[in-house]
Amino acid sequence: MIVIEGATKRYGEATVVDDVSMAVESGSMTVVVGQSGSGKSTLLRMINRLVEPSSGRVTIDGVDVSTVPGPQLRRGIGYVIQGHGLFPHRTVAQNIATVPRLLGWPRDKTRARVEELLALLQLDPKQFASKYPHELSGGEQQRVGVARALAAGPKILLMDEPFGALDPIIRLKAQDDLKALQRRLGATVLLVTHDMDEAFRLGDRIAVLNEGRLQQCGTPAELLLRPATPYVQQLVGSSDRSYRLLALTTAAEAVEAGPAEGLPGIDGGATLREALAEIVWRDAPALAVLAEDGKPLGRLSLQAILARGRPQ
Amino acid sequence: MSAATPHAPRAGLGGGSVVAMLRGIDRLGALLCLIGAGGLLALPFLTFKANRIAAGAPKSVVESLGAPGAGAFLGALALVAGLALFDRRPAVRLVGALGGLAALILAVGFGAAALSPPGDSFARVSPGAAVWLLLLALAMLAADALARLRLSPPTRVLALGTAALGAALVLRSGLLDPLSILREHATRADVFGRELRQHLWLAGGSVAAAIAVGAPLGALCHLNRKLRGVALPVLNMVQTIPSIALFGLLMGPLAWLGRTVPLAGDLGIRGIGAAPALLALTLYALLPVTANTALGLARAPAEAVDAAAGMGMTRGQILWGVEIPLALPVIVAGVRVVLVQNIGLATVAALIGGGGLGTFVFQGVGQTAIDLVLLGAAPTVALAFCAAVLLDAAVDALGGRRA
Repeated sequence: MIVIEGATKRYGEATVVDDVSMAVESGSMTVVVGQSGSGKSTLLRMINRLVEPSSGRVTIDGVDVSTVPGPQLRRGIGYVIQGHGLFPHRTVAQNIATVPRLLGWPRDKTRARVEELLALLQLDPKQFASKYPHELSGGEQQRVGVARALAAGPKILLMDEPFGALDPIIRLKAQDDLKALQRRLGATVLLVTHDMDEAFRLGDRIAVLNEGRLQQCGTPAELLLRPATPYVQQLVGSSDRSYRLLALTTAAEAVEAGPAEGLPGIDGGATLREALAEIVWRDAPALAVLAEDGKPLGRLSLQAILARGRPQ
Repeated sequence: MSAATPHAPRAGLGGGSVVAMLRGIDRLGALLCLIGAGGLLALPFLTFKANRIAAGAPKSVVESLGAPGAGAFLGALALVAGLALFDRRPAVRLVGALGGLAALILAVGFGAAALSPPGDSFARVSPGAAVWLLLLALAMLAADALARLRLSPPTRVLALGTAALGAALVLRSGLLDPLSILREHATRADVFGRELRQHLWLAGGSVAAAIAVGAPLGALCHLNRKLRGVALPVLNMVQTIPSIALFGLLMGPLAWLGRTVPLAGDLGIRGIGAAPALLALTLYALLPVTANTALGLARAPAEAVDAAAGMGMTRGQILWGVEIPLALPVIVAGVRVVLVQNIGLATVAALIGGGGLGTFVFQGVGQTAIDLVLLGAAPTVALAFCAAVLLDAAVDALGGRRA
């Protein structure tokens, strides 16, 4: 668990991060949202000591990070930045092997790990290992950047606008892949973005930062239903908050008992937002919710969906 | 230039085909043909002098080679001119230029031998202006063809080696021995070898010293803004001091150093000689090396440096593992500039007793013996040319892997 207590960073007169306290649960994904200049990157960089706080402290599993030498601390924490930051003079394999080499891993172990990571990120090792970064597409570069951050098996991954350089279609896929990867590895991820949709799509918890101050840190539903400040309210938006709320619940979670014969089917993993769109499109009173094997779990009525789209 | 346009199609007969042919003429080739032909028509091919400082008598191609020889030579040149005008294939043009050079060397060698009276060791034959213009035209033809061939860096080094070997073989063969410049060389062969080595030592040593001081200084400038703000302007000012003035400025302090510090005197540090020359050349080389190092190190993408720090590289590991490899092409480009510059500047060292090929240049100027000036100048130009080709190839090879 990462605990930030009263973290403050001042540069001369300017206070970039102002008395921020929050906790990041192990194995969860927390997204820090804010506009540029809100101090979100500075907050992230205090965790791996690329920035030293002016006051306050950061602990990881109870250990104050300021007691660990910076380079040693950072070798145990994955770090991914916007525009990937790959080394242009090194191959994909050499890039991924950066931290294992710093840690002095044996060559065989490093090579095996590089192949494992390339496969994990859906990059064929034979095809990609010896390429240089400029020979890759934007999406491939981004995945290599993630593979490099994961190379030494860190429990914590810090990501600063990791999808900022990707075009929208690839970005959606990259977000889904990251979510799946984080679940699979059980890693603790702290991700910084200015994109509220990205925060809602990825975050188990969302922290909203404005002008260096933490406005609210909570689950996406909490942000929507009980925004702590007018700034959060404005940020989550009022025009489509119902849709955002519906997008947080799956059909399987909202399923009702009852007959489902003859109704259009929907996958249990689909969100209520997608279910609502399906009902509108098909002009049906309800949907049949299907398990992964195709068997019906029950039904999902329009009323049930609508009830979930407002504060209860 | 018209270089990229393909052959104009041969259009029909009569006036049309003449126009098409004129359109197909290579513009650079036409210019080079004008230079060569103009030189041959208007200027002397060889110059004959009764002794090394007497006024020269101009000799035309026919006077030098006789009618049959002149015919063969001019025929060969006409063939090369035809290739230069109408054939756009770089490889063919290169072969043509090299063939023209061979014909020119043979003509000069045989012409000089024919003009030299047997047994007369005072008479001198030197190349006339026509020879120099032909040499210029053929060299430009070859350089243009080589540039269009886009050779890989190793191939370029290989080509340079082949050319150097060819030049050595020609000089060894004795074909050009009747020429004045080589007779000047023959009378001071031992001194020439010594001054050539001294020249290389002055240029190479000063550049090595500039790298040893300038590269670390550039790295420090990269790490420390304040130092950068002081060091680069100071070096910039040094760069603007005229070379002879700088030699003069260094004389006083070094003479004092040599007199007062016994060890310095034993090492040969005096007001005149190699020490001030080496020091001045090093100072001239310092700015480009330092500035290019600082510039090159700053060229590493900010994200790559941030990522390197974020993954736990220390400052030194970032410098050696990321910034220096990415800066190397720029640093080597700086070394190329100063090496070529110092090979040229080292001639001035002879003025303060530093030796080098400049010795012949200044002796020649003093004796109004132009061939002796050439004996110093021609090898200097050749050395600078070789250095430029080698280091350009190194820069391309280092930068080749990155987009």
